[in-house]
Amino acid sequence: MNALHKIAALAVSAALLLTSCHGAHARNDFAVPSSFDDTKHYEITFWAKNDTNKAQTQIYENAIEAFEELYPNITVNLRLYTDYGKIYNDVITNIATNTTPNVCITYPDHIATYMTGSNVVVPLDDLLTDPSYGLGGSEVRFDSPTFDEMVPSFMSECMLDSHYYAIPYMRSTEACYVNKTYVEALGFELPEVLTWDFIWEVSEAAMAQNPDGSYALNNQMTMIPFIYKSTDNMMIQALRQQGAGYSQPDGTIEVFNDTTKDFLRQIASHVTSGAFSTFKISGYPANFLNAGQCIFAVDSTAGATWMGAHAPNLDISADKIIDFETVVYPVPQFDPSNMQMISQGPSICVFNKDDPQEVMASWLFAQYLLTDEVQIGYSQTEGYVPVTLKAQSSPEYQDYLARAGEDDALHYDVKIAASRLLIENADRTFITPVFNGSASLRDASGQLIENTVKSVRRGGSADDEYFDSMFEDVKSMYHLDQYGKIELGPLPQTSVILLTCLGVTWGLIGAYVVYGAVKRKRA
Amino acid sequence: MKKFIAVSLSAAMLLALAACGNNNTSGTTASIIPATTPSTEATEATTAAETEETTEAEVDDSYALEKSEGVMTYAEYAAAEVDDEVVIEGFVQAKHSWWDDKVTLYLQDPDGAYFCYDMACAEEDYDLLVIGQKIKVTGFKAEWSGEIEIADATFEIEDGNWIAEPTDVTDLLASDDLIDLQNQFVSFSDLEIAATIDNEGNECAFLYNWDGSGSQGDDIYFTVTDGENTYVFTVESYLTDSSTDVYQAVEGLEIGDTVDMEGFLYWYEGVQPHITSVTVK
Repeated sequence: MNALHKIAALAVSAALLLTSCHGAHARNDFAVPSSFDDTKHYEITFWAKNDTNKAQTQIYENAIEAFEELYPNITVNLRLYTDYGKIYNDVITNIATNTTPNVCITYPDHIATYMTGSNVVVPLDDLLTDPSYGLGGSEVRFDSPTFDEMVPSFMSECMLDSHYYAIPYMRSTEACYVNKTYVEALGFELPEVLTWDFIWEVSEAAMAQNPDGSYALNNQMTMIPFIYKSTDNMMIQALRQQGAGYSQPDGTIEVFNDTTKDFLRQIASHVTSGAFSTFKISGYPANFLNAGQCIFAVDSTAGATWMGAHAPNLDISADKIIDFETVVYPVPQFDPSNMQMISQGPSICVFNKDDPQEVMASWLFAQYLLTDEVQIGYSQTEGYVPVTLKAQSSPEYQDYLARAGEDDALHYDVKIAASRLLIENADRTFITPVFNGSASLRDASGQLIENTVKSVRRGGSADDEYFDSMFEDVKSMYHLDQYGKIELGPLPQTSVILLTCLGVTWGLIGAYVVYGAVKRKRA
Repeated sequence: MKKFIAVSLSAAMLLALAACGNNNTSGTTASIIPATTPSTEATEATTAAETEETTEAEVDDSYALEKSEGVMTYAEYAAAEVDDEVVIEGFVQAKHSWWDDKVTLYLQDPDGAYFCYDMACAEEDYDLLVIGQKIKVTGFKAEWSGEIEIADATFEIEDGNWIAEPTDVTDLLASDDLIDLQNQFVSFSDLEIAATIDNEGNECAFLYNWDGSGSQGDDIYFTVTDGENTYVFTVESYLTDSSTDVYQAVEGLEIGDTVDMEGFLYWYEGVQPHITSVTVK
């Protein structure tokens, strides 16, 4: 082998190395196979989240069993989580090793981060509309909804970068669970639309104490009239209701604004009196509500089975529960004529694999989770709403809604009222823009409230100086400067030198090749 | 000449290739940043390792039991209001969990116990927190669902070791005074495993998660009785994971078994001990 050949070989090797030195194995784009191969066995993994709720676990298990009967060549392995954050972390860890699950319950915010990997998440556009294996497809072995039978707004929440990267699984919103008995005992009448002003006014009134230090309203030593479970949602909804900035689809972060400061000031003023606290600081709103120590408990509609004097799920001993009337309201509003509330709930994404048939098996299982049996069954475990119009309009689901209050289990009235809240206000729901970093921004938004509440409780101030300082702390804590639009700046000096070195190398190779060719020609 | 050129070009290329391996963690390349939530694997790995740890810390350095200047006595800590700033010294009795540079610890001194929740702690410092190690903690007193804890805290490692002997609180289980021993290392004797009812009405010796919705690796809940009252005890999977003796021992319990137990007197809307050992009699 002469020198030229050696150099050429080296150059080819280098080129190969160069193409492989950036990141792990990248998968090819997924293309929908013309047919599903049911002669080969596929084992797929499904990472699911349950609300520490045995009924939900059973629905997953039953769904898998029924699906495997329809598709004997597919085995579904279920891995259960009780926390979306843990699913997110595990997926991130497994992307690096190409060991993602096949199907995963997740949030669109999280999918945006998964998508920073190459071809990690399967775009579902072609699968959704495939005439054979898409929604309601001719070759699908179960009664799946058609695309038109999906709730359009829930489907649109699964669209990222103009493509569907998920299908919705369940939807919920937040609700304010109100102790109506206490509100009326304080001399107030509940309005048609709950406003922030009303809640603050009633909450302050509830702070009146007896001479012995107990609270006049409940004769107990504890009273926190207003407790919010998810302070990220609290901030996001308050900003939306006031038309203030939170973020833009391109990743521009707007939450650190004057409206945010005003809202934090408002919160701080009610922390001072003890009228407001949060789940992270004091505990579950439901426990305080059911013990008669809270009047307005804001939590997900998916937590409705824990709310109220007759709640089927309880975390406090029976002797601590007081009797009261529970009513379910949308979250407090700034403008009653323009109600705004968050749409939330799990979605399903399918991860890409080398074998398109394995992806097809995954998609078929994901689609099975949209059948009426799964949708209605799971929605009844909490205050969830099915994501298909097919399930929502089914006689079985309508009968379920109509029987609210018949018992304190399946037909628990607070739970069904929570579901109705979302169904009746679906056109007033919104979601926040999804981008790589939007999950961190959400956490940061809640942290602003948590920090303010803690600061005031500990005797600190809540003024502009404090807010400016806290804004910087929170930006840093959640690495918000590393997301969204980033100015990359000039190349470092070392990179310039090394890239020049590469250029010179190839230039010399080219010159040598030309020199050799000319020399041979002359010879 | 050819050899020289070939070697030169190869060397240049090797240098360039070496340079394209990016070890710049704060650079401008796109990356996945799980910024807001910790690595589950790290958590599990750490807690699993910890449960095996029975550190040979020196016991009974009496000088170490004295409080330093500016440090609260346990009585002063107990008297402090929720949200007050507190400065305490205590001895590590158990490492509950570590993730995202935050550690949760059970501390104790001869007068009482402390639960330090999500305290700032780098991994290298976490490794120094052996059982019995004395530390000084500065934070804020907090209460979450009845559990008194120290939140938003920082700590310093100090000289001294002490490991608490368990206090038998069996006779105090139904007493209002039990809460005075909150978070202490305690023991229970001659309690009987009672049935825990799952949501289908089945009688079980234990459940994974409170309602049986979990699986092996999750927290275990089981019910004990002293003959008059029943109490829910927990094997907390971060504190003692499924590889530990206590986890496996509880998985082997049967209704009617009489047991002696040790653990930490955790509180969640009432007493809910985190059990660290079980002996079937």
